Order: sequence, then C-alpha cells, then structure tokens
Amino acid sequence: MAFNRKDLLGIRELSVEEITTILDTATSFKEINERPIKKVPTLRGKTVINFFFESSTRTRTSFEIAAKRLSADSINISASTSSVTKGETLADTARNLQAMAPDAIVIRHPSPGVPHQLARLIDAAIINGGDGAHEHPTQALLDAFTIREQKGRISGLRVAIIGDIRHSRVARSNTHLLTKLGAQVRIAGPRPLIPPDYESIVEDSSDALMVCDRIEEAIEGADVVMMLRIQRERMSEAFFPSLKEYSIQYGLTLKRLELAAKDAIVMHPGPMNRGVEISSDVADSSRSLILEQVHNGVAVRMAILFLLIGAEGE
Amino acid sequence: MMKRLIKGGRIIDPSQGVDKTADLLIEDGRVKAIGTDIAADGAEVFDAAGRVVAPGFIDLHVHLREPGQEYKETIATGSAAAVAGGFTAICAMPNTKPVNDNASLTRYIVSKAQEAGLARVYPIGAITRASEGAELAEMADLKAAGAVAVSDDGRPVMNSQVMRHAMEYARDHGLVVVDHCQDTQLSAGGVMNEGKISTLLGLKGISRAAEESHVARDIMLCELTGARVHIAHLSTAGALELVRRAKARGLPVTCEITPHHFALTDAAVVGFDTNTKMNPPLRTEADRAALIEAAREGVVDAIATDHAPHHEDEKMLEYDQAPFGVIGLETALGVSLTILHHTNGIALSRVVEMLTVGPARAFDLAGGGLAVGAVADVTVFDPDREWAVDPQEFRSKSHNTPFGGWRLRGQVVATFVAGNPVFLAQ
Repeated sequence: MAFNRKDLLGIRELSVEEITTILDTATSFKEINERPIKKVPTLRGKTVINFFFESSTRTRTSFEIAAKRLSADSINISASTSSVTKGETLADTARNLQAMAPDAIVIRHPSPGVPHQLARLIDAAIINGGDGAHEHPTQALLDAFTIREQKGRISGLRVAIIGDIRHSRVARSNTHLLTKLGAQVRIAGPRPLIPPDYESIVEDSSDALMVCDRIEEAIEGADVVMMLRIQRERMSEAFFPSLKEYSIQYGLTLKRLELAAKDAIVMHPGPMNRGVEISSDVADSSRSLILEQVHNGVAVRMAILFLLIGAEGE
Repeated sequence: MMKRLIKGGRIIDPSQGVDKTADLLIEDGRVKAIGTDIAADGAEVFDAAGRVVAPGFIDLHVHLREPGQEYKETIATGSAAAVAGGFTAICAMPNTKPVNDNASLTRYIVSKAQEAGLARVYPIGAITRASEGAELAEMADLKAAGAVAVSDDGRPVMNSQVMRHAMEYARDHGLVVVDHCQDTQLSAGGVMNEGKISTLLGLKGISRAAEESHVARDIMLCELTGARVHIAHLSTAGALELVRRAKARGLPVTCEITPHHFALTDAAVVGFDTNTKMNPPLRTEADRAALIEAAREGVVDAIATDHAPHHEDEKMLEYDQAPFGVIGLETALGVSLTILHHTNGIALSRVVEMLTVGPARAFDLAGGGLAVGAVADVTVFDPDREWAVDPQEFRSKSHNTPFGGWRLRGQVVATFVAGNPVFLAQ
C-alpha cells in the first residue's frame, strides 16, 4: 500500500501515489454510503476525537459521519478560544488529548501549524481539518475526488480558483494537489487578496500555476471553476471596496461561465454567499457540483481514517 | 596592586589595528602594556597560547526583563549569560515592566548590575513615556542616571513629529536615538517575513517595506535634526542600502545586525518552531547574503544579539500567538565566527571589530579597545573549537534559541572585566 503515514497534515508533503491511494480507497467507500445500511465494522473499537477550535458544520459533521459509518466512536470537542487565552500551552492541550488515548484526532484551528505542532507531541494520528490559511487537505482531496469522478482524470485539466486566496487554506491545498496531479491552476481575485509570490508555492516551476490579473483570463477555457467564499469582514480591512463591486468584478455569473469550456463544472467549498461570489443561477445550475462535493466528503474522510488507523491488524 | 598577565595569545584589537601574538599586562583594572615576553613579575598568569585575546565584547541590544518579568531573565542571569558569551558590556533595552523611562528605574538597573558584579550593564532609556509614542521621556535625567542611549525598541515611534522632536532633544543632550524600524501599520498582524514562505504557510507576513520605509524616514529625520541615529537589527538588503547611502553622505547613522538574521532565513519557519519567530523576522537568502556582504565591507557597525528571553511555556504556543524573540548572548560568538569567518571568509579582525570597537563607538562607550590605559575588559576565545549548542546548559534563564543542536566553531575561553575573571570555561 502506498500510504504509510502517522498523520495527514497537508497536501504539500504527499506524493502522487499517496494521493491516488486515498482517492482510490474513497471510491470503494463511496459505495457504502449508497447502501440502505450505511455501516461497516472496519474501525470498531477505535476512538476519533473531532477537536474544533473554529466553528464548522460541514467538515465536523462529515468527519463524524465518516467515523460512525466505519463503526469508530467519535467525540466532538469544541473550543472557542485558543490555548493562549485559556492560559494553557499547546503542550498541555496535547497531553490532555493524549491522556484520553484516542486513535485519531481531527483538528481544526485558526492558527497555521497547530496540527503539525501537536503531531510532534501526540501518538494518535492527527488529521488536519483546516489550520488557519495554511492547509485543508481533506477538502482538497474531496474536491479532487469529485473532479476525477466527473472528468475521469485530473491531468491536463485547466482549473480556475477565484476569490480570497490570501485567507484560503482551500486554495492552497487545492493548488498543491491539482498541480501535483498534472492540472493547470489559474488564480484570480482582487490583488490585495492574492498573497505575495503565490505562483512560487509549488515545486513545478513551469506554467502549472498562474496568477491572472482578471477573472476572465482565469476562467477562459477552464474545465473546472472553483469559487471561494468572500468574508464580509475583509471589507473593513480595505481588501476590496464593497460587496457590490466584488460581485460585479469577481462574481461568477452565467455570462462569465460562458468563457469556460462547454462542459465546465462549478465548485465551491461552502458556505456560499449567493449573489456575491456566485450567482444563484450558477449555484443551482446543472454545472454546479457543490452538493456532490459535500456527498463525496464523507467517502474521502472514511478513506483517510481507514488508511491512517484502520489498516494495521485488520 | 593587582596584576594579571594574559600570555602568548593572538591579540586582535581593531581599535588600534593590532593583530599579533603578544602578552597583555593588566594592572589595577587597566591595560598596562602589550608586548612580547613580558615578565610575570608577581602577576597572575593566564595562558592564552593558541587563543585570540580581544577587547571585551559589547552588545548594544539586550533584553534583561528585570524589573517585571524576572521569570524570563534577571539582570544577574542575563549578566551571567553575557560573560559566558564573551560580552563584558551589554546595553539593556527599556521595555521592562514598567518601562525604563525614568531615572529611578535606570538607577535600579545600574545597582542590580553592580550587585551581580559580572558584565557592565548600560541601561537604554525610553524615547517616550511608557514607550507610548506620545510624550518625551525625561532624557537628560535618564542620562544623568546612567542611560547611554534612548529607544522605544519593540514599539517604534510611529508619529514622525514626535520622533523628530525626540531626535532634536536627544541631540542637545548627547544621546544616541536607537530605533527598531518598522511601520507598525504596514506590519500589523504579521508574524514572519512576507514572501513565498509566509504564503505557503498561511502566516501573516511582515513586508520588507515595513522596515525600509521606517529606516528611510529615520534617515531623513537624522538629516533634518543632526541627531545620532542607530538603526537596530537591520534585516533587509534594502534597509542596508539606505544606511550605506546615508553613511556615504556623512550622516551620523550607525547600524547593527544580529547573528540569527545572518545565519537563518524564513525557510526555518517551515515546521512552525516558534524559536524561529522574532521581530524583525528572518528574511530571505538574498537578504541574508546582503547582511554578510555589508558586514564584510564595513557598513555594519555592530553585531548585536537582540537577546530576548521568553519562558518555554510562552513559546510553546500557536506560531501566530507565541511572543517574538530569541536569546543570543551565549551563541553570538560561535554563530558569528561559524557563519561570517569560517563559512564566508570574513577576516577574524573584522568580526572582532563588530563585537568591540564598532559598538563602543556607536554609543560612545568605554572599552572596545586594548590601548594602554584602557579599561581591561578582555575576552579570550578559541576561534576554531567546535561545540554543540545545548540550550539546557545556558546561564540564561530561558532557552528559546533557534540554534539548539547546532555545531558551532568558535568558543569563549575566558572573560575579564576590569582585569578580573568573570567567566572561565570549564
């Protein structure tokens, strides 16, 4: 098996073989989710803690369902504050989690790197459920799964990722994953929301990753158009003038979508701001795979749990 | 009459252009003679054969945390770390709790340092009251109590008019204005250098422009006011270029660089070790190379550590929540010699210059040279001895170094203040 890691911390460090293993494993798990009795005993007796320092409905629920369908016991812990405001160090947090002897911990945290810091201190498998603007590997994997399922391949596809790249872990993880698998990624958004040197974050120095000045340039000929959520509070930080101007300049409308390939698909990691980054007629069109992404998320997370804590001794 | 003879060492004293094997005779805390085959004649002899004998090192930029944060460091433990690192004099930044913005606090620091009886500790007073950037601190009073310069280190004076007035006032009172150059609006929320690595890690960046625009402002204000300005811990190629040009025009600007900025780059942040988090942040390889070249060609006046102790519990936090700063007193010589001399071929005497006469001249401090009659602050080191950095062995109360586990070449053997041994290795 081409997967032999303690943790899933990010896409950047994964090999093409590891990514393919996860996607192939997810394919076999997806079938379970379509059965009348959606449960297998694979992870019976295993404990999965969902430790979320940021509010999340989709990702947390998806992990919880994934664990339950594999018969693992899953526990949700929400913390609204960082360890520093609690007066606790990360090491204390780690020791407390370790003391509960979990097999896997899914962690979401607003600070980049927390899963990496905890992984060095904890024996359990750490799964990064999103760390600040750094990585969100399971989202990228479910996006890739969805694209592969629809298009039959990822290599050679042109993917546009549009919006607030600066604050987006989804953009980073998808950029790594899609370029590793041979897609061409084109980025666009208001320039203050594009972080510096973005085109240099992938190892492949060819034209696998491009930052475009205009959204039209990114969408033109795209096989996949991925829209990112724009957060309202970014306006007060002077990243762009207004939601109205944003939707006019950077929103995905049916008209803009005409620039893409005829069979282009539209994706969004959610939650959507209808009428801002994506118009309702696009979001609800047959081109939109937004709900399919959510559906596939369960199978992908089942595959990840299985590969990390289920493979041994089964 | 106390006499000490440091025998047979390679005496490197850039203040006099001396680099030769000779004996150094100390009498009553002052340099009595440099010569060959000086007879012991009742003096206590220290064998320095095969070692370098240099003026005591001077660090212009240290945070001693006392008063207020004695759990991180005290004047006594900071002084012990200093002499173990070869520093016979250290300048204490005023960002204690409370801020050193008044004469009584300055006197407290001086008396605590005398109690410790190790390194000379020169307090730096605040530029503004409580370093809040609004009203001027009582600079003349601070100076009378022992302050050697003024700075709002860590909280740069953003109001340019306040800074202008501070420079005008400091000039009349013979004080150097030391600035941590950073436009705190441009750098707001930043935790590392802005660039490829910050983008990769999703951490908020601090752009070079945040530092360089502030350096440019200070140079313009220096020209406007005629004050002596010292730019602390320069970290970018562009900032060095600004200082180079200012010096070429004859402006009274000096600058310092830190060992961590010329030894490391922002690539060290990958992995999220909070001991790579400091302000200014670790920059790129091009900046690091520019620092080394500026050190070689003489634009840099001083190597300063920006020794910033933090308790382990404070550093063991999320990267963006952890405090800025690393310690450096006990690794400064090893890192400087390893990187500047052994790896990049900068002459030993030039490295010694940036640790001695360079900083002494920047702040008009006693010491920094071994001329006959000078205070006998002396550091003896082995430029080639290899050692591994074990933070648990530090004299400092804190262990927050990015160099843990590094193998360094160059180690302090003995440190003398006014002729008295304050540190002897092993």
